[in-house]
Amino acid sequence: MRDHLVPIVMGLVAVGLFFAFPYDLAFLTRVLVTIVLVLSVDLVLGYAGIPTLGQAAMFGTGAYAAGLFAIHVWGDPLAGLVVGAVAGAAIALVSGLVLMRTRGLTVIMLTIAVAAILHEIANRARDLTGGADGLRGIRMQPVLGLWEFDFIGRTGYWYALVVVIVVYVGLSILTRSSFGLGLRGIHDSPERMRAIGAPVYWRLVTAYTIGGGIAGIAGALNAQITQLVSLEGFAFSLSAEALIMLILGGTGRLVGAVIGVALFMTVHHFAAANDPFNWLFVIGAMVLVVVFFLPQGIISLPGILLRHLRGGRDADRA
Amino acid sequence: MGLFLNIVIDGTAYGMILFMIAVGLSVTMGLMRVVNLAHGAFALVGGALAHWFQQDLGTGFGIALVAAIAGTVILALPLELVLYRRIYRMGELQQVLATIGLTFLFIATINLWQGSALLVIEFPQALRMPVDLGFRTLPAHRLAVIGLGFAIILFLWWLLDRTRFGVRLRASVDNRDIAAAHGINTDMVYLATFGLGAALAAIGGIMGSELLPIEAYYPLRYMVLFLIVVAVGGMGSILGSFLAALGLGILETAARYLLPDAATISFFAIVILLLTLRPNGLMGRV
Repeated sequence: MRDHLVPIVMGLVAVGLFFAFPYDLAFLTRVLVTIVLVLSVDLVLGYAGIPTLGQAAMFGTGAYAAGLFAIHVWGDPLAGLVVGAVAGAAIALVSGLVLMRTRGLTVIMLTIAVAAILHEIANRARDLTGGADGLRGIRMQPVLGLWEFDFIGRTGYWYALVVVIVVYVGLSILTRSSFGLGLRGIHDSPERMRAIGAPVYWRLVTAYTIGGGIAGIAGALNAQITQLVSLEGFAFSLSAEALIMLILGGTGRLVGAVIGVALFMTVHHFAAANDPFNWLFVIGAMVLVVVFFLPQGIISLPGILLRHLRGGRDADRA
Repeated sequence: MGLFLNIVIDGTAYGMILFMIAVGLSVTMGLMRVVNLAHGAFALVGGALAHWFQQDLGTGFGIALVAAIAGTVILALPLELVLYRRIYRMGELQQVLATIGLTFLFIATINLWQGSALLVIEFPQALRMPVDLGFRTLPAHRLAVIGLGFAIILFLWWLLDRTRFGVRLRASVDNRDIAAAHGINTDMVYLATFGLGAALAAIGGIMGSELLPIEAYYPLRYMVLFLIVVAVGGMGSILGSFLAALGLGILETAARYLLPDAATISFFAIVILLLTLRPNGLMGRV
């Protein structure tokens, strides 16, 4: 039961935020979309241990696929999400077949290179993608034929929240399955997993592909709700920020991804609104404090505090 | 033929600048095993200091260059003592996060101090003079950059291969504990190496400011480029960084001359190909 408590509380908080901040729904929805993206990074990096700085490759692909699908084929949101997921997974599978043969810094560089190439292709294929102007003219049909997307973003918020919950529950099940446990094993020691007969390479490719599909869903969600796809979807800064948010919250735990996104984006929202030039001071200091004092991320804070409250010699060893 | 020579000359000058900055990164990443994403920040600090000495204090280029390099090292050493010493012991992800956080602080500080405009560094008359190569004229400082690049690789080879310091550094890197047990002050060796990396970054930042202009977001804008040079060259290999920087410099220049529309795509496609064929880089040790 305790395992389910935190996600349920987070879901209730998300419902409460809808009523508490009815004028900030655009920002809150962006947080939800980013949570989906960072959850995908958590699967790839936190569970499977694949260092990636290029998750934007799948996010952008999902966004363009869903946007083009809505314009040229069918404006149904759920069908668009499926298209985005398939597109993201396809890119991840194709690049993953190469990427998973390498390790460490090389993987990081290759993920960056894949995203950079897709960014440039989207930039050059102006006729199809609108290039630097972005893909415009996306008109979505009502969700399930019932709920129109409204100007204030109410439908968008609930729609994104449901997607977040579905992805979260799906990942909870996946990471507890034998496949998820296998990924943890690979994360800790690929050699031992290979020695006990696990197909390490194919497990990693599968994890990367699933992660790509989820990142594609995040991109599709963003395209449908903002009704715009821009080159930013492929930007290196998106991948880098997703990584920062995840490590801030804590890797290898789904809760960590949610908390990291909420914290980073809230701080960014207020610090950048007050002083757009100096917000890097705030985020830089925050990042350093977390790395030096909470190396396991923000999610380790309650545990550390509890141990200190209980006192005793254990407190020092925390 | 003229086109070919143009590509070689421009590409070599560009590659030498990449080399000067990336070699410091290769040393810290390959030898000291720290993923130092803040490396470009030292190039930025060097460039900003040189700009400040020239524009606000009115010194000549030579003094500004030396003072800026010294200033960068003076800033880098306490950072090593206070922060990096702890960062060495962290896991890779924590290193990435810590050095990105540090980069943000550098950017914000330079932004606060010098603003977000381009920080121009003026080269002296002697270096701005055009030099006639027969088939084209070239600003003298491109030739100076090429010469400096060769000088730096010779210096580094001599330092790491032929001096006592080089022996100590290689010993500390191979096995820090055993090196320390042999009486090598590994803390000092790491400190000196870190300072050397920062100094190289500052030189590259200043000398390369014509091709890679200095401004507050410099460390983030070129971070990927420098990392790619190190990854392709092989971490910790001076010669690898040199070959990778030259090769990628000439390649990118060639792509810009020959296929301006597909320059970025072909650059990254070749990087992917190279890293797939040689995951540890051209000269990387396994």
